[in-house]
Amino acid sequence: MALIPLYVPLCIAAFFFVLPFLWMLSGAFKGPGGVTAFPPRFWPSHIDGRNFSTAAAGVSMWRYFGNSLFIAVVSTVGTLLSSSLTAFAFAHLRSRARGPLFAVLLATLMLPPFITLIPSYAIYQQLGWLDTYLPLTVPSFLGVGCAFYIFLLRQFFLGIPKELFEAARIDGAGRLRQYASIALPLAKPALITVGLFQFVASWNDFFGPLIFLTDSSKFTLPVGIRFFQSLYQTDYGTLMAASCVTVAPVILLFLVAQKFFVQGIATTGGKT
Amino acid sequence: MNVTMYWRRLRRSESAAFWLFLAPWLAGFLGLTLGPMLFSLFAAFTRWNGVGTPHWIGLQNFRVMFTSDLDFWPSLGHTFLYAGARVALGTVLALALAAMVNTRIVGRTFFRTVFFLPAIVTGVPLFVVWSWMLDPSGGVLNYLLGKVGIQGPEWLASSTWAIPALVLMSLTATGGAMIVFLSGLQDIPLELRDAALVDGAGWWQRFRRITVPLLSPVILFNVIMGLIGSLQVFAEPYVMTGGGPEHTTYFLGLYLYNEAFWYSNVGYASALAWVQFLVVVVLTVVVLRFSRRHVHHLGS
Repeated sequence: MALIPLYVPLCIAAFFFVLPFLWMLSGAFKGPGGVTAFPPRFWPSHIDGRNFSTAAAGVSMWRYFGNSLFIAVVSTVGTLLSSSLTAFAFAHLRSRARGPLFAVLLATLMLPPFITLIPSYAIYQQLGWLDTYLPLTVPSFLGVGCAFYIFLLRQFFLGIPKELFEAARIDGAGRLRQYASIALPLAKPALITVGLFQFVASWNDFFGPLIFLTDSSKFTLPVGIRFFQSLYQTDYGTLMAASCVTVAPVILLFLVAQKFFVQGIATTGGKT
Repeated sequence: MNVTMYWRRLRRSESAAFWLFLAPWLAGFLGLTLGPMLFSLFAAFTRWNGVGTPHWIGLQNFRVMFTSDLDFWPSLGHTFLYAGARVALGTVLALALAAMVNTRIVGRTFFRTVFFLPAIVTGVPLFVVWSWMLDPSGGVLNYLLGKVGIQGPEWLASSTWAIPALVLMSLTATGGAMIVFLSGLQDIPLELRDAALVDGAGWWQRFRRITVPLLSPVILFNVIMGLIGSLQVFAEPYVMTGGGPEHTTYFLGLYLYNEAFWYSNVGYASALAWVQFLVVVVLTVVVLRFSRRHVHHLGS
């Protein structure tokens, strides 16, 4: 009973946290011109899908959807491979260089992307990679930007009993076998967490595609929305339709796999 | 020694395995992190348009930045203002939300989901919808304010209100910090709270004397991560204000992006990037120093 006053601040906060999403949804379905009505209507009088057709005309948002999906999937695969290999080495393979290199890995967490970006841009230019998806996918196979994931997976691998690896070694399994048939299957929850975070990070990424892509048919959804903004100005209906298409998959992933997102975030919070 | 024997010995050597497993990351670190970092350090002392040969000019980029560049100091100041307000208010809000959803209240799972969602579902679509919600005349926020008899400000169109508007928006993305606080709160031994209850302490006293001190390492973590993130803010001003009005939201990230990719002052942009990096490092060290006297560690 003593808790009832808490509902007042909780509901006010919840209203403001949810409002942008409701506003996006209602704006998308209000139809052309429906968004300029003042006072604003909170809910469309009837469902009108024409904003979606506008956003699907020309270089379509569905094309951007496909581009975003391709980049996100490939970079997630790369991240899972490189992060798990690296984390396994840091957790279970002994070397004198392990400690210092792990410190280096953690230090890269603090590095602002700008500091490496300009020379990287020049490198990609030399390689002829500009305006392709290579700068947005290849680095993930090399563990670039994966320090947090490597840390998370290493913590998980450290929790696997050593005896399991000993037993496998006695049975003649090499390191690669131990990694692939013991560490990876046991680390499935942590791998799902890492995969989800990377997928969402790549899906939401604005900076990378903005800098590396110039051909508007290659854009991803976030850069595409920005491009729509320049085409349709303040036609918020069209922008909201494209925005809905962008956030829908992430909302779905979040609702289905909230547990993994929570675990991933909670692990960073100094449970060390 | 023949090849097979050598191969067998290599296979058995754990150190060799370590380096093989680490090879992809090491290649990425050397080629796409350390290498570029050193190169941008070099470029910071040159005049370079990004394609030709860099010309060594010593400290001139920094001299210009600190003495004659009209954009640098305001940009740095506004970045500090934004980051400071965002981290301070965001941390307080995240802690308050975490404390409220850590009770036995009915519907707490619902509230946790609602507060955490915008931390994951974020980016350009949200910045666009916020731009629209913040519209001074047709936006829903000023409409709601009008309903309760308040004449809403010009938000992103006003040089006074643009930074508060961006901070306001950032507060709804504070769910990550809330989750970290929540897991910290759940680590606090119940006996401590019960003991305080027996002593007759009210909720504010328990919060102030037990929760906050025990949570201080987590608070520190959230403050540092928040500072690192918000000092580098880029997409929000790029999408929502373009740095305006009157350069109010021309934060460091946007400034050095423009210098590098718009004006092709790549040498100067590299110098700015290093200054941004050093600002982040120095602030982190300052916060850590300051916290040494105020952060309590339970047990060890």
